[in-house]
Amino acid sequence: MASGVKPRVKVPKTAAAGETITIKTLISHKMESGQRKDDDGNIIPRSIINRFTADFNGQNVIDVTLEPAISTNPYFQFEAVVPESGEFNFTWYDDDGSVYETAKKITVG
Amino acid sequence: MKKTTLAVCSIAVLWVGPQLAVADPDDDQLVINEEISIVTEVAAPAHVENLSTIYSGWRFRSDETQAVQMDDFDNPGMIGVENALVDWDTVEGTAGQSCAGCHGAAEDMAGVRAVYPKWNEEKGLVTTLEMEVNNCREARMGADKWKYTGGDMTDMVALISSVSRGMPVNVAIDGPAQSTWEEGKELYYTRTGQLELSCANCHEDSYGMMIRADHLSQGQINGFPTYRLKNTKLNSVHARFKGCVRDTRAETYKPGSPEFVALELYVASRGNGLSVEGPSVRN
Repeated sequence: MASGVKPRVKVPKTAAAGETITIKTLISHKMESGQRKDDDGNIIPRSIINRFTADFNGQNVIDVTLEPAISTNPYFQFEAVVPESGEFNFTWYDDDGSVYETAKKITVG
Repeated sequence: MKKTTLAVCSIAVLWVGPQLAVADPDDDQLVINEEISIVTEVAAPAHVENLSTIYSGWRFRSDETQAVQMDDFDNPGMIGVENALVDWDTVEGTAGQSCAGCHGAAEDMAGVRAVYPKWNEEKGLVTTLEMEVNNCREARMGADKWKYTGGDMTDMVALISSVSRGMPVNVAIDGPAQSTWEEGKELYYTRTGQLELSCANCHEDSYGMMIRADHLSQGQINGFPTYRLKNTKLNSVHARFKGCVRDTRAETYKPGSPEFVALELYVASRGNGLSVEGPSVRN
């Protein structure tokens, strides 16, 4: 069970119609690879975020599969075209079954 | 006569050689969040005898690493700052107090990082921010001490640093702090370990050179606590001192020991004039 997991997202509050905006996301997570051993030689079980998605008004923008080699606190920066006002929904899927969600509104004016 | 001139010439050429091998700090300018201007280069204070200009370690890092520190969202050290903000408001201990109870908003601590380590009249010694945090926890809150280089502690120091970013480091080295400062200076120039290296051998004599794959900085601590990409966490000054002394293959002093407090005061004073930068990002 991962502790201290907190998603963070930076999306501009406003944009012009059809504008390409930059979105930054970061989730604090230890991303335990499952390859390491503890002091007694036992394998520390894998515990990573294995999938990240972003949707805009129900339409998928990005869908990422994360692998164990990705380091602590995975950070994604990507671009999206915003045709209209709406809401971005961001979802992170944890190995332990937890799902972390956050949403950001953007106004096209 | 001619021969002498030739000899002088070849010496002059020889002298250029090692100069070329030195990769000086770059010329990039640091502005955080397009808002906080950071002084990363300034004339050395008078008490730093062997340097004419002092540089923040930021100037020795690659463009990619530098960029991570230029926006708080990108800076993973700010995760520690956020964690500490929760602790700041959390009531702990027998006195029913939190940090906020006495100190108000964390932003009210602006300026504090810049003058520490500092002489504590009541205790009669030079104290670091970490020692003051634990003083507060034990004496005022009735809570357990934090480990000197622990995560909670380093996060809290990062929070206190973050609100002073952009302010010039200005630790006092005279008055009652002077003897501690002298002790720190002594340590800075003392060779330790099987490799017989002092702080000065790398950070004063050889900054700008490569130490294997690493670009040697002046070892300034204005950016601490520092988020290091190599261990993906915030690192405290004393943890870094310990790492450096260990790398000379010596038995190290303990974090929080009087020796490291003295060294921190001295090293901090070598950065008087640079901006407080913590939490910074380094490799």
